[in-house]
Amino acid sequence: MASEKVKTFTDSNFDDEKKSGVVLVDFWAEWCGPCRRLAPTVDALATEFDGRATVAKLNVDENPTIPERYAVRGIPTLLLFKEGELTETIVGLRGKEDIAKMIERHLGAGDVRVAR
Amino acid sequence: MSASRADRRVVIIGSGPAGLTAALYSARANLAPLLVEGLEAGGQLMLTTMVENWPGFRDGIMGPDLMTEMRAQAERFGTEIMQGNVTRVDLQHRPFTIEFAGGDRVTTEALIISTGASAKWLEIGSDRKLSGHGVSTCATCDGYFFRGKPIAVIGGGDSAMEEAIYLTKFASKVSVVHRRDTLRASKIMQDKAMANPKIEFIWDSEVAEVKDSGKGEVAGIIVRNLKTGHLSELPLDGVFIAIGHTPNTSLFAGQIELDANGYIKTNSGSRTSVPGVFAAGDVQDHIYRQAITAAGSGCMAALDAERYLEGLHDIDASAVATAHAS
Repeated sequence: MASEKVKTFTDSNFDDEKKSGVVLVDFWAEWCGPCRRLAPTVDALATEFDGRATVAKLNVDENPTIPERYAVRGIPTLLLFKEGELTETIVGLRGKEDIAKMIERHLGAGDVRVAR
Repeated sequence: MSASRADRRVVIIGSGPAGLTAALYSARANLAPLLVEGLEAGGQLMLTTMVENWPGFRDGIMGPDLMTEMRAQAERFGTEIMQGNVTRVDLQHRPFTIEFAGGDRVTTEALIISTGASAKWLEIGSDRKLSGHGVSTCATCDGYFFRGKPIAVIGGGDSAMEEAIYLTKFASKVSVVHRRDTLRASKIMQDKAMANPKIEFIWDSEVAEVKDSGKGEVAGIIVRNLKTGHLSELPLDGVFIAIGHTPNTSLFAGQIELDANGYIKTNSGSRTSVPGVFAAGDVQDHIYRQAITAAGSGCMAALDAERYLEGLHDIDASAVATAHAS
């Protein structure tokens, strides 16, 4: 049911996909109740930021390497990357407005300059 | 008259078994309820696996599946379900005002509070800091990350035993750290835990500190023996906290009566200290705390709200009649 605007990241495409722009990655698994709760929020964010930021999901069951690298030991965890660098971490549930604000903050000044 | 200008007859805050049952009953009473799900939509059952004490399912039902069914059933009869969080309520003026995270507001004649309770943390700082990096309050969410690794469960109640037993599926060893020398858990859970060869007990002890490996991961815990004061270090990879719950009532503090522990006080059913405001589920119950008792109290709140609304409109009608007569 995930929105098609949400990208699917894997152990193999992760480094390539997250290297430019602002990228939000949702670490999740089928068996995780809170992850199910967060899913509609992630979908909505993907639509809201379509064309401005990348919103992606990474299934920790199928992709153990990347969660290990970032010491993800609880899900849902949201990691935000800017130009490939990890800049924000959210563990557990958070409201859509909060997450949107965080993404906006990192889209911030750089984008405005490009637009001019 | 002012009360009849409300946007809604009844608003329900919270979407666990209490809130969804209140919604089901209100919807079937043609009150077209609005239910605000909140951040932890579905409530605590979303964090469980098999629920074996929900009547009607002889083989048990998965907690998240049960909540999905309850939600669909409430919607089927006309409940409007809204995602998102309530940030402020005004219960001092009528109709009551509910304000959401985006700044939107809705007014209502009656309010049912079923915001539940959330897991407590240790309040030692180092536990919160390592949340998601080895410290967890949800075994079913995070147990998976500790395959073949030693972990600790903090607490001595039923949920602590349940988590400890569940976690033996993944962990190499589970140390249960408990403040007393006896468990608070029910006999059946105690027996199950004691019989499990992967579980060991550390009695009369509390966690003084959760150690950071230096890489932002849990490296171990420092345990303080409460009888001797002796500190010892236990190297491990994960810490699961199961020391009870705190009611989610900060939104209502100062506006309705709470008990010393922050639970909403109810009387004659689900009535709170403010007429027209009702409470159901764990937010007002620190004794039973079962899915079935929460659902039962949700039903009570809906029936109480319905009766309250009938009374309100009788008064309105008689006021109109008096006005006309004069």
